[in-house]
Amino acid sequence: MLSRTAQIRLVSSHPEVYDPCDDSFALVDALLADRANLVEHCPSICMEVGCGSGYVITSLALMLGKDSSGCHFFATDINAHAVGVTRKTMEAHGCHAELVTTDIASGLETRLAGSVDVMVVNPPYVPTPEYEVGQFGIASAWAGGENGRSVIDKILPVADKLLSDKGWLYLVTLTANNPSEICLQMRKKGYASRIVLQRSTEEENLHIIKFWRDLDTQLEFLDCHSGVMAIGVVTSVFKGKRVAQKHG
Amino acid sequence: MRLLTHNMLSSNIKGVTNGFPLLIEVEKVVEKQVDFNEDFLRNMFAKIEWKALVEASRTMGYTELPENSESSMLNSDEFLRKFHHALLELHLEEGALVCPETGRKFPVNKGIPNMLLHEDEV
Ligand SMILES: C[S@@+](CC[C@H](N)C(=O)[O-])C[C@H]1O[C@@H](n2cnc3c(N)ncnc32)[C@H](O)[C@@H]1O
Repeated sequence: MLSRTAQIRLVSSHPEVYDPCDDSFALVDALLADRANLVEHCPSICMEVGCGSGYVITSLALMLGKDSSGCHFFATDINAHAVGVTRKTMEAHGCHAELVTTDIASGLETRLAGSVDVMVVNPPYVPTPEYEVGQFGIASAWAGGENGRSVIDKILPVADKLLSDKGWLYLVTLTANNPSEICLQMRKKGYASRIVLQRSTEEENLHIIKFWRDLDTQLEFLDCHSGVMAIGVVTSVFKGKRVAQKHG
Repeated sequence: MRLLTHNMLSSNIKGVTNGFPLLIEVEKVVEKQVDFNEDFLRNMFAKIEWKALVEASRTMGYTELPENSESSMLNSDEFLRKFHHALLELHLEEGALVCPETGRKFPVNKGIPNMLLHEDEV
């Protein structure tokens, strides 16, 4: 049987690039567990922000495999070495991604807005002093600033902009990142969420959260924050969804 | 870098208002065959800036794309094949992307565009 995840022996490496680790495996396991839904979701564009070695995006490409041959993959990393390693890892598995060295999705945000059907992110989430964030090289792989939230909090609005109406986001977080607060923040943007995998390793307590745009969440938020004024908006949101579904 | 990527990139320099499309400076182009998938092309058609794709493919040495396009053309197999070739099979392996407004060059090495900005550009 064809392997549904990237094979470690085919994953390239570089001294300045984050090797697949417990967090990477947890994310891929969460995606695998959701694989049937992902296939049914029929994404046209999947994207990884912070692709590192390429282990996750390659695994996603392999697990969607022949079932979604019409799907294309984008991947970015702020570390140019990482993007180079991802290219090699993808090629070693016979896959291809559109690769860009950039900060989160800078340069892609305008044209890819509303087009990403599946986004996966294993961000730098370790609480560190703020000045360690965004350093070049390997430190940028984990340094997350205060509560490990510096980069995560920059990624969330970008994800909101890039995700399509049916878009899903899978995000790796740590207890120290305050996952429930992250869910609340996303709820205000109209996303429902679920922790799809929780795993404790020797050092970390990992939560993989899945987010999706949800009509009820949008209604609830409009309801309690804009009162009567919201009714018109709600109707149009609802109509928009119906139309989107018909076309989809 | 495929022209699909090029079509999705704009100049991200602070203050730039007309950052699309980026101009292409070609050093090396490679062609790689990709499985033909009509569904993807149909899905993407609405999202592609056609003029930018035509210009970009010309710069890369491919001149077969029609100047203008409309969705009815998606019924033509010949059109789809050309669209497929331009969008997915032409790769800019070495060269640069140039901001149309400022002339700032973003290098493309080993097929990967680098859109990282200097501190004074963010
Ligand atoms: C924890 S590692 C994950 C790597 C890989 N996705 C994996 O799961 O094995 C985080 C990655 O995010 C990248 N990164 C950090 N800050 C970033 C930013 N602002 N924009 C894009 N990538 C970033 C790092 O360079 C690193 O490769």
